Parts: sequence; C-alpha cells; structure tokens
Amino acid sequence: MSHMAVETERSVPAPSIPARLLRRPLALTGLVIIAVVVLAAILAPWLAPYDPYEQFFEGLTIEGAPLPPDAQFWFGTDLVGRDLLSRLIYGAQTSLVIGVVANGIAVTIGSAVGISAGYFRGWVDTVLMRFTDLMMAFPALLLAIVLAAIFRPSLWIVAMVIAMVNWVQIARVTYTETRSIAERDFVVAERAMGAGAGRILFRHILPHLLSTIIVWATLGIATTVLLEATLSFLGIGVQPPIPSWGNIIFENQTYFTSAPWLVFIPGAAILALALAFNLVGDALRDILDPTQQGRH
Amino acid sequence: MSTARAIERETATGQLAVNGLTVQVATPSGARTVVDDLSFTLQPGKTLCIAGESGSGKSMTALALMRLLPQPMARVAHGTALLGGRDILALPEAEMRRVRGRRLGMIFQEPMTSLNPVLSIGRQLGGAIAAHGGISAQEIGRRALELLDQVQIPEPARRLKQYPHELSGGMRQRVVIAMALAQNPQILIADEPTTALDVTVQAQILALIRKLQADLGISVIMITHDMGVVAEMADDVLVMQHGRMVEHRPVQAVFTSPAETYTQELLAAVPRLGEMTGTTEPKRALERQDAGQDRPKAAAPLVEVENLTVRFDIKGGILQRPVRRVHAVEGVSFVIKPGETLSLVGESGCGKSTTGKALLNLIPWQGDIRVSGRSTRKLGASAMRPILRDVQMIFQDPYASLDPRMRVGDLVAEPLLIHGLASGSELADRVAYLFGRVGLSPDQMRRYPHEFSGGQRQRICIARALSLSPKLIVADESVAALDVSIQAQVLDLLQDIQDETGIAYLFISHDMAVVEQISHRVAVMYMGRFVEMGSRAQIFENPQHDYTRKLMAAVPVADPSRPRRAFMEKAEDLPSPVHALDYTPPRHAPRDIGGGHLVWEAR
Repeated sequence: MSHMAVETERSVPAPSIPARLLRRPLALTGLVIIAVVVLAAILAPWLAPYDPYEQFFEGLTIEGAPLPPDAQFWFGTDLVGRDLLSRLIYGAQTSLVIGVVANGIAVTIGSAVGISAGYFRGWVDTVLMRFTDLMMAFPALLLAIVLAAIFRPSLWIVAMVIAMVNWVQIARVTYTETRSIAERDFVVAERAMGAGAGRILFRHILPHLLSTIIVWATLGIATTVLLEATLSFLGIGVQPPIPSWGNIIFENQTYFTSAPWLVFIPGAAILALALAFNLVGDALRDILDPTQQGRH
Repeated sequence: MSTARAIERETATGQLAVNGLTVQVATPSGARTVVDDLSFTLQPGKTLCIAGESGSGKSMTALALMRLLPQPMARVAHGTALLGGRDILALPEAEMRRVRGRRLGMIFQEPMTSLNPVLSIGRQLGGAIAAHGGISAQEIGRRALELLDQVQIPEPARRLKQYPHELSGGMRQRVVIAMALAQNPQILIADEPTTALDVTVQAQILALIRKLQADLGISVIMITHDMGVVAEMADDVLVMQHGRMVEHRPVQAVFTSPAETYTQELLAAVPRLGEMTGTTEPKRALERQDAGQDRPKAAAPLVEVENLTVRFDIKGGILQRPVRRVHAVEGVSFVIKPGETLSLVGESGCGKSTTGKALLNLIPWQGDIRVSGRSTRKLGASAMRPILRDVQMIFQDPYASLDPRMRVGDLVAEPLLIHGLASGSELADRVAYLFGRVGLSPDQMRRYPHEFSGGQRQRICIARALSLSPKLIVADESVAALDVSIQAQVLDLLQDIQDETGIAYLFISHDMAVVEQISHRVAVMYMGRFVEMGSRAQIFENPQHDYTRKLMAAVPVADPSRPRRAFMEKAEDLPSPVHALDYTPPRHAPRDIGGGHLVWEAR
C-alpha cells in the first residue's frame, strides 16, 4: 500500500469507513442487529434463561401441546417442551457459523473462480467454467448428502459442504461481469502501462465487482441458513438436539397452524440477520464507490 | 373537427417561432437554468443550425421543442413555441403526440441506440408510419418502401426484413431519417445526426438531408458542434454558450464577420483542411514563445514495423471452431523516427486502432515490430514491461480509460509504481510535477475522474502516459471526444511536449483536418492496409490514391461560400473485412513516386 503515499500529504483526512458507516441510520440499524446476534452467540451460556436441551414438564399443556409465549417462556416452548428463546440463543452460534463462515467461503471461492476465468480466458476459462457448469448441473442436495455421508456430520463439516455447493452461482455472475470489465478501456490502459495480472485483478477489477458480490453474499446468508436446516432435516446436518435456526423451523413446521410462533420467531430471526447484512453491505458499497458520494 | 383540420393544413408551413424558451434542470443545489431565454424563428423550408460546445444547452433546446425532456428532472420554466398558430409547449400530452411525427420529426445522434435491436427494419418503420392508426397493412408496406427509396437505401425490399445490426452505421442513420419522415413532418429536428459516422458517410447523410429538404420543402433544425457541418448546411446560425444565445444571424454573416468574441474563438479553433499548404512543421493554435526549430532528427528509427498482420477468428458452431476471419490489418510496414509525428488516418474499421494496440502488444499479431531495435514479437507481459517504458498510449475516451474508483493522483502515479520507479515523497513530487506539466493544479490530485471536464480528463491521461518519460506515445483518437476549443488546447499541449522532450507520436485519427495540423508524416489506411504514405505536404498537397482524395473531399469545410456538394447517388458501404478461413489477401508493392511518397494501388 505504498500507493497511499501520494494522497496522504497535504490533505484533510477523510472520515474513516467505520465512522461513515455509523453516520448512516440504516447501516447503523444493521450493525446493531448483527452485534446483538454475535453477542448472543458468544454469551449464550450466560444469556439463555434455561438449558436449551431440557424438556420442561411445565413446558407442555395437559394435552401435550407446546405453550405459546408467556411470562415464564418468553418465546413459548417447542414440541417437546424446550424453551424456544434459549434454543434460539444457542442456535445463533450454528447459524452464524453457517451464514457467515460457510457463506463467506462460498463467496470467496466463487469470486476467485469467476474473476480468474473471466480475466485470463483461454484454457483457464475453459477448465474453471466447465467445472462450474458441472457443479451447477449436479443436484446440490445430492452432493451435500454424499459429502456429509463420507465425513462424520458435524457443524464444521456441514459448513464446508454448504460452501462447496454454494459457490457456483457467484462464480457465474462474477465471471460474466469480469469479462465485460476486462474489456473496458481503463483495464486496457493498465495493461498498456505494463501492470501485472494481480494488480489489475485486485486493484482495478475487484472493486468494481464489490456491489455484485455484496448483494450475492447477503442473499446467500438466508439461503445457506435454510440449506443447513434442510440438511439437518435429512439427518445429515447439525445433529439434534443441537439447535440451529434452520432446524428449529424444520422440526416444527408441521405444527405451523396450531403453534405458529415456533416457525415465525426463528424465521424472523433469519430474516433480520440477512436484512442486517444487506443494509450494511449496501452502505459499504456506496461508501466504497467514489462516484456515488453525496448522492444518497 | 374538419374545420380544425383545415386550419391545421392552412398553417402547415413549417414556420416555428420560439420566444423566451427557458429550461431548468433540478440539481441537489436547486434549479439550474440550462437554456436561458432563447428566442428564434425558423423560416419555412430553411435550415437553422444551432451550434455550440458540449453543455451549451443545444440538445436541451431540441428536447424541449419535442417535449421529450427527461422527466421529472428537467422542465420548461417559461417560453412559447408557436407552430401553426399553436403553442406546442402548452399543448396537453395527448395533443402533443399528434404534433410529434406529424409536424415535428426528430433524428438522434446514435443510430444504433435509436433503433430497437430486436425488431426488423420493416416492423419499426411500419410502427412509425402507422403510429396514429387507420392504415392498411398493404399501404404501410408500400409507404415503407417509398421511404427507404427516398433516403436512398439500395435494395429497399430486402432491407425491410433485416435487423439493425445487419446494417452499417450510415444505413441505420438513413433508416432513422426515414422513420422521422414517415408522417410527412414539416420540421425535422436533427441532433448531431452525423457525429457518430465516418466522414465519407457523413458527407452522404448531409447531402441526403439537403436533398430531402429541397424535395419535400421541410424546415430543418440541425444541432451540431461542428462548424464545418454548419457551413455545409445552414441558412441561419444560432450560436449558443452556457444556455444563452450568443449570435443568431445568416450563415454568411457569421462566418465572414462574426460579431461576438465567442463565435470568433469558436471559428478560430476549427482546424481547416488545406490551411497548412507550403509548411513542413505542425501548426499551433497559439503561437509558441520561442520557435526553437532545430530539433535534431536522429537517423536511427525508434519503431520499425514490418508486415504487421492482425486477424481475428470468428468462432461459431457447437464446438466454437473458427469459421471466418476478420482481416483487421494486412501487411502494414512503417517506421517512426524519434521526435516525429506519424498519423494514421482512415475510417472506422480500417485497422488504425488495431495497429496502435499491436505496438503495445495489447492484441496478438503477426509480422515484426522492433522498438529501439528490440523485437517485441511474442513477448509476455513481464518481458514487455521494459518496452512499455518507451511506448505509452492515450485512448479516445478519457473517462473510460481512467478507473472511476481511483483518485487522479493515484492514477498518474500508477505507471511509476508498476515499474518501481519512484515511491514516497519522490513519487508525490513527480506526480505533482506531471500535473503542472499538463496544466493542472497539483491540488486536484485527490479528486476523482468524474469531478473533471472532458479536456481535463484527457490532460490527466496525458500526464499518466508521460510519467514513464516514454519515447513514443500512441494517441488513439485522443481529441475526437473533445470540443473544438479544448481540442486545440490539447493538440498544443502535445506539441509543446514534443518540442521539449523530443517525444514521437503515432497519432491515430479519422479527422483529416486535425491530422494535417499535427503531423510530420501521414499514412492513409483503408481496409487494413496502407493506401498512401508520405510527408504531410505530399499527402495533403498531392494526394495520389483515389481513397485519399475521397476522404479529403468528404471533410466538411467551414466556409459557407464554397459551393455545396451535389447529392451523391445511391449510398455505398465499405466492403466487409470478414473472409473465409482459406482466404489469402493479395499483396501489392508500393510505388514510390518520389521523396518517400508511397502509393499502393491495385493492378
């Protein structure tokens, strides 16, 4: 970053990126939601009112139905009488790992494949994109089942499996965009100056792909959390009784009409987390794009 | 209704009286006036040219008259435009739709974007003819053929089934004109109708508009930045600057005795073909302080190009095998000496930009290129790097060639960092010096490209190209996107740098007048080959090849007293450079007609 040397001199320092994020109310809302979820995940043993695995005798009605939210169980209880709030707080750990780590890996792999194939063309393009097409044609769920069957199911294996099946769409999208950016004059100008591929890819092409990548990454959070739930439902995801937001929904979805809070509350949590990342992502995109300044 | 029709017909003379037209655009800092109190009268059957540089409000005037201003950002604040006794600026939208097309037809600048790419020519033309309904399919077909014939398109029946991408730029613009004429308007508004076209095609289109005007008796409002076009077309001229009218007089008066300083400057900045007769050195708009002309002309050539050939495969079929081949450049040879300017001139698709890019190894090529004696053949990116210190490039569109996300100071520093030539405070000083060198203030280094005007951006590109102190700069249409006054300044800057540093230029341009000003030597390109090469005087004072003569004859001349060119019969297109895979192009040896003046002629 010796590059910055030029601009640091005789200039008023611009506010830092975090400071500019905090100045936007929407981005601030998103950051607060993300902070709440992260804190809940880390401090789960201290925050949760009950043990998430304990099946309370008083957690079910006489007929054996789950309890709606009340003063004792704030978010109600589930089918076997466990406290939903405690399970959600512990489930945040799983869902964060899946939504942020697994999805993050998928985005990184996808962008790397798409950008390299789009910029280098030739045989790199052929190999990488034909492989991507192959992955796309392969049913993601089937692949996940095979991978999960080979390795013993655990949270981290599930995260890897999700990353392995989720990078293909991002690769496709970034590939197409890279191809068009690579033909723009400013990239040709860089080549004319003798810039190497690394410099062009990371300093000139990647910044232009940020908005696309951010949108896909935030959309991916909700889908990966739900994919984890699907895998759990099939018995190859996070193993019960460990809670995750996705498997709470899946365990309880058949009782949606009689106990709607069991689906609605974890669903709202997933939505809020995805939305929060989206708000922060949007703000970040605008802040990082100098041509958008003063327009929001 | 019938009486209204009768009145309409009676007053349908194509006279338009605009009074006090004011257009405002909403900006974050409040309303900004882009057209300010503009008044003029268009006489029936006459041509009014609205001339001005970018940002003068000329296009806004046209859009305001068509009531097609971008909503809701722009609006007509006040003013009237009387057409056939009615104020078209005050008409309700439903009635205005009947005025558009029937009374006012419009032609836009870019013929590709004003045609719908997924509809055939016949469908689009039919839509324009039947816009107000009540016409049978046969009648539409008959009228479409008649219109295409009127705009001199060869084989009109076949064209109706074609799609826009199958036609050349000139043909497309003819279709756009046919659509504008579909409902017999009395007034044709043409917004820069030939700016996107090649000079020979431009001459054809301008002649066509004149012929249509004479045949159909319509009035024309022509918007242009090109004083040559004004001289070719106008009866009256309206010069605009910053949204205001500067001068509005008959064309002869404006050219022979411009009353306003701005008009004088505008005319002075226009390069005129042939004004350099008898000189050998490039010309400058402003006189140089010291005319130190004793530049040493070293004998060793800086760049030698032999038999340069560039062909692109067109792939097709399931297996993406090459099926046909574009012969972009075919066996071109030339040398550039230190400190000289060689211009490549030709029309779009003739291979001139491809030749320039080959010098920097930006595209694959065959043949032989040597820079200061070092061959660049098949060099990879890193092996090419030392050679790029000697050869740099400036592109046509300065905005597109600057990364919009980087500060301009960083952009100028970029080549120095890539080549590891400076860092820290030395880098900052070097960048500041370069900014000063191209006439920009070092204070502007922290700004982004979109905060600059077109001319300033091109200066930034020049500073960037200069940062490595190259021996040759390839300037690819580097002034084509600039206003004439800015163009003159940038050309002066390029020449100052040449005088100071002895840099050589490969100046690629389609504009014969600019080429005449800046060149020491000129090569004329046609269909991937040179047809003529020689010193500036040899080419411009004694053109030998038919194509060179044709190019020069097509340049609009900023002199209204010159007789206007007669209408040319049916349009002709450039032949296609796409050939079958086994095609071997014929090669001709040049004929030296004395003093290094080479002419290639088919025998």
